[in-house]
Amino acid sequence: MKKVLALILTLCMVFALCACGESKAPEQPAEAPTDAAADAPKTEGSVYYLNFKPEADAAWQELAKTYTEQTGVPVKVVTAASGEYDTTLTAEMDKSSAPTLFQCGNQGAINTWGDYCLDLKDTDVYKEMTTDSFNLKGENGEVLSIGYCYEAFGIIVNTELLEKAGHSLDEIKNFDSLKAVADDIHARAGELGFDAFSSSGLDSSSSWRFSGHLANMPLFYEFRDDGVTEQPATIKGTYLDNFKKVWDLYTTDSAVTGSDLLTATGDMSSAEFKEGKAVFYQNGSWEYAGLVEAGMDPAKLAMIPIYCGVEGEEQAGLCCGTENCWAVNNEASEADIKATLDFMKWVVTSEEGTTMLAEQFGPCPFKNAKTPENVFFAQANEYTANGNYVVTWAFNYTPAVNDWRAAVVDALGQYTGGTGDWSAVQTAFVEGWATQYNNEQAAK
Amino acid sequence: MVKKGLKRERRTNTILTVIFAIIAVIYLMPIFLVLINSFKENSFVNLETFKLPTAQSFTGWANYEKGMTFGNYPFLKSVFYSFFITIVSTALILLCTSMAAWYIARVGSRFSKMVYYLCVFSMVVPFQMVMFTLAKTSDTLHLNTPWTIPVIYLGFGAGLAVFMFSGFVRSIPLEIEEAAAIDGCGPIRTFFSVVLPMLKPTLISTGVLEIMWVWNDYLLPYLVLDRQKYMTIPIHIQYLKGSYGHVDMGATMALIMVSIVPVIIFYLCCQKHIIKGVAAGAVKG
Amino acid sequence: MKKAKKQRDSSALNSKLIRRPIQRCFWLFLLPTFAAFCIGFLYPFCKGLFLSFCKFKTTSKWQWVGFDNYVKALSDQSFIHSFLYTALFAVTTLIVVNVIAFAVAYVLTRGIKGSNIFRTVFFMPNLIGGIVLGYIWSMIFDGILCRYGTSILLEAKYGFWGLVILLCWQQIGYMMIIYIAGLQSIPEDMLEAAKIDGASSWQTLWKVTIPNLMPSITICTFLTLTNGFKLYDQNLALTGGRPFLQMADGSVVKTTEMMALNIVNSFYASGGGNRGVGQAKAVLFFVLVAFISIMQLRSTRNKEVQQ
Repeated sequence: MKKVLALILTLCMVFALCACGESKAPEQPAEAPTDAAADAPKTEGSVYYLNFKPEADAAWQELAKTYTEQTGVPVKVVTAASGEYDTTLTAEMDKSSAPTLFQCGNQGAINTWGDYCLDLKDTDVYKEMTTDSFNLKGENGEVLSIGYCYEAFGIIVNTELLEKAGHSLDEIKNFDSLKAVADDIHARAGELGFDAFSSSGLDSSSSWRFSGHLANMPLFYEFRDDGVTEQPATIKGTYLDNFKKVWDLYTTDSAVTGSDLLTATGDMSSAEFKEGKAVFYQNGSWEYAGLVEAGMDPAKLAMIPIYCGVEGEEQAGLCCGTENCWAVNNEASEADIKATLDFMKWVVTSEEGTTMLAEQFGPCPFKNAKTPENVFFAQANEYTANGNYVVTWAFNYTPAVNDWRAAVVDALGQYTGGTGDWSAVQTAFVEGWATQYNNEQAAK
Repeated sequence: MVKKGLKRERRTNTILTVIFAIIAVIYLMPIFLVLINSFKENSFVNLETFKLPTAQSFTGWANYEKGMTFGNYPFLKSVFYSFFITIVSTALILLCTSMAAWYIARVGSRFSKMVYYLCVFSMVVPFQMVMFTLAKTSDTLHLNTPWTIPVIYLGFGAGLAVFMFSGFVRSIPLEIEEAAAIDGCGPIRTFFSVVLPMLKPTLISTGVLEIMWVWNDYLLPYLVLDRQKYMTIPIHIQYLKGSYGHVDMGATMALIMVSIVPVIIFYLCCQKHIIKGVAAGAVKG
Repeated sequence: MKKAKKQRDSSALNSKLIRRPIQRCFWLFLLPTFAAFCIGFLYPFCKGLFLSFCKFKTTSKWQWVGFDNYVKALSDQSFIHSFLYTALFAVTTLIVVNVIAFAVAYVLTRGIKGSNIFRTVFFMPNLIGGIVLGYIWSMIFDGILCRYGTSILLEAKYGFWGLVILLCWQQIGYMMIIYIAGLQSIPEDMLEAAKIDGASSWQTLWKVTIPNLMPSITICTFLTLTNGFKLYDQNLALTGGRPFLQMADGSVVKTTEMMALNIVNSFYASGGGNRGVGQAKAVLFFVLVAFISIMQLRSTRNKEVQQ
């Protein structure tokens, strides 16, 4: 008994110590700017960039080196491992040398990290931007993070195979015509040697294509109807039937169906497409490099909008938007903030920076941006030039995005695997949104 | 009668041997799967997981080459840091905790008992519970390099080691140490020349556990180390995964193989000691 | 008798010859470990304890909220579910792993051919890390269940038994070695005596072997129980908590989610706005597991034969 008592007592003491030792912490943010100002003259400032794309790590490291050689300002680039960005950011933000430049790509991230984001409105890098539409803003209109590149997604088509099957792109104008073509190809899959859609796997390496990108369709149309321009507390799911139509099409007119899809990976799907076993493959512009590398001819690739049976969708364009947004840490010292802003400006204006951005990230909304080779962007621009409407990334409003998507993916999986029905998807979609929104507000 | 019984016993033994052989094959299956898949081209790993590499899917050492040259961080550096951290941490843990356990067992003070109970408690705490605070603490104290991270391992791994050592120390008869003391040995000499040699089995069994833990550990070094300068093999493997979930499975399997091989070699070299050690240490605990 | 032993022990401990000199070397023997323990565990843990009463995003920016987090944690359906699920899992693996490990050890000590090779092979899985393990096994389960048109992610029971199989595969080897050592340390004459007294082999097992094996059983059950409760990597890799149970209000109960995973998930829930709830859950989890494992240690230690 004594032992236990002693233990509890000691614990209490250490506990109190923790509280005392740290009780100053909340005041720190208020003090920070003055401290920083005092420190500013003696330090030069440095940049710490927390990157979230492992595949772009090498390019960023290279660019950072070049910048340091040219200006003498140290730039540290650290990349979060796949799926660990939240953990990494949480741990790094706490450290004595916190990231000065980090990613804040959607509404959820702004809700969590908004307090740490510097208002970028009057900065040089902001003045270099050609559009405001990819930027994320705070409640009072401050620019919290800026989209430094944009992406497009839709259904990627292997036109060579499509023609081999006796169809052409011109036939596909809306959902019904897409379905007619896909059904025909699927019916003759044995004789053709390929199927309509590549597998719609629900493994975590692939499921975001549906819980994120495909789910964008019902969200976009609903928000367009209702004139939603900020994160809504609830959604109605008006266009969920359209979502179901496309999903059913993906999972019927394909070589892989049913419960096999639950653990099918993104690599499987892209392999099927690359090896010419499927005509259609829902994905985005970021796939371009991989497809060409695998030996596909850029001239035989096309990206068409995701048609889901909404009225007037013949006029739809590709889904353009981004989750690649930069935010600057407002708790960094003034010198570091300045160094960071200078670095950002250099990246979007210099020869080396713009070349790297075009190669790694595609088109960027900056005045000096280079045009990438990616054919999908040319097609996206063509749609816009022809007067089609751009489908924006409405899913950037999703509250507690990981939790919401996880629930939708699971419900979709049970529906597809045959142990659940569509109503669960509906619940996860609509009620799930409200629940996650409330959770997020409560945690604010 | 006796002969018949013996015969029957021999037959059951044969049957048991066969059954165990089958189980053993199943046991080795997963490691074997990693091995064969490390020689397949990426796209075949998912599609033909269970098949042996065919002429079409076989890539030779290409996956190993790819895995080791991936990114701009030299793989050999990761290997070096992995070895360094594992060896130093394990050595540090074994040395310090065996001393601490001896102190705890021999000095029955309230404080030492409290330390002992805290150690036992720490065994049931999952790492995720302290990960953010630990990352912060190690940063504040500048323990974020491979040269200093063993201190963190000592701290977080102390629980299990102290638990195992003190169990064993208690079973060592006091008379031996008393004799040493009468002969004029100070506590330091008593410990190193009398107690430590007797702790050998426990040193081995605890050592195995700690080596396995530190060698395979991913999240702790990931959060604590300054990753631009220092990586370990598990962290390196994780970076083969792209942000959209693309994984080069072939290269991943190859690197996993690379990370398992040293452990298996180590294990086979001293398996006799390990098995003896694990047994002796655990039962007395 | 027990008391007498204790007294003898403590008088021995008081022996000035041993105790005092060691105590004087406190700085060498205990201090390094204790200091590192404070840095690596005690301080982070206490800070965590403190933060469980706060609302925080990063550990240096917090706001005191009292017991709010605990109320939220306890009213969270998924947390309660994960507790019951974990308890069921821990008890199941406790029984399955120990029974099989004991059986294997029993057979291997009877001197069948190739005992040494089997021992080596069965111990091998201990050499592989958790994430890799989970990954390899999910490939294997996929391969098998695909043939029957289902998946480990569709039925909670597959997820449960899948995890049990995985944990067995990983732990039986280690436990087996401990049991083998225990079995070998039982004096031969004791077994002979039982045989001469006409005890059947079944009776010998229950009346002689098992009581003498209690120290091994204590350590094995303690390790399997805490490992079962702490399981995280394998849970995440194999099922990630799926399948979910969709509640009418839009929340979900993750049917195969264990406590460690639930805690980590709540660190990031609601976009990570409030990690305090996760921290509070972690504290509750710790208290529970500490309580259960102490009870378990006590109950099996009591059954140990005094020698």
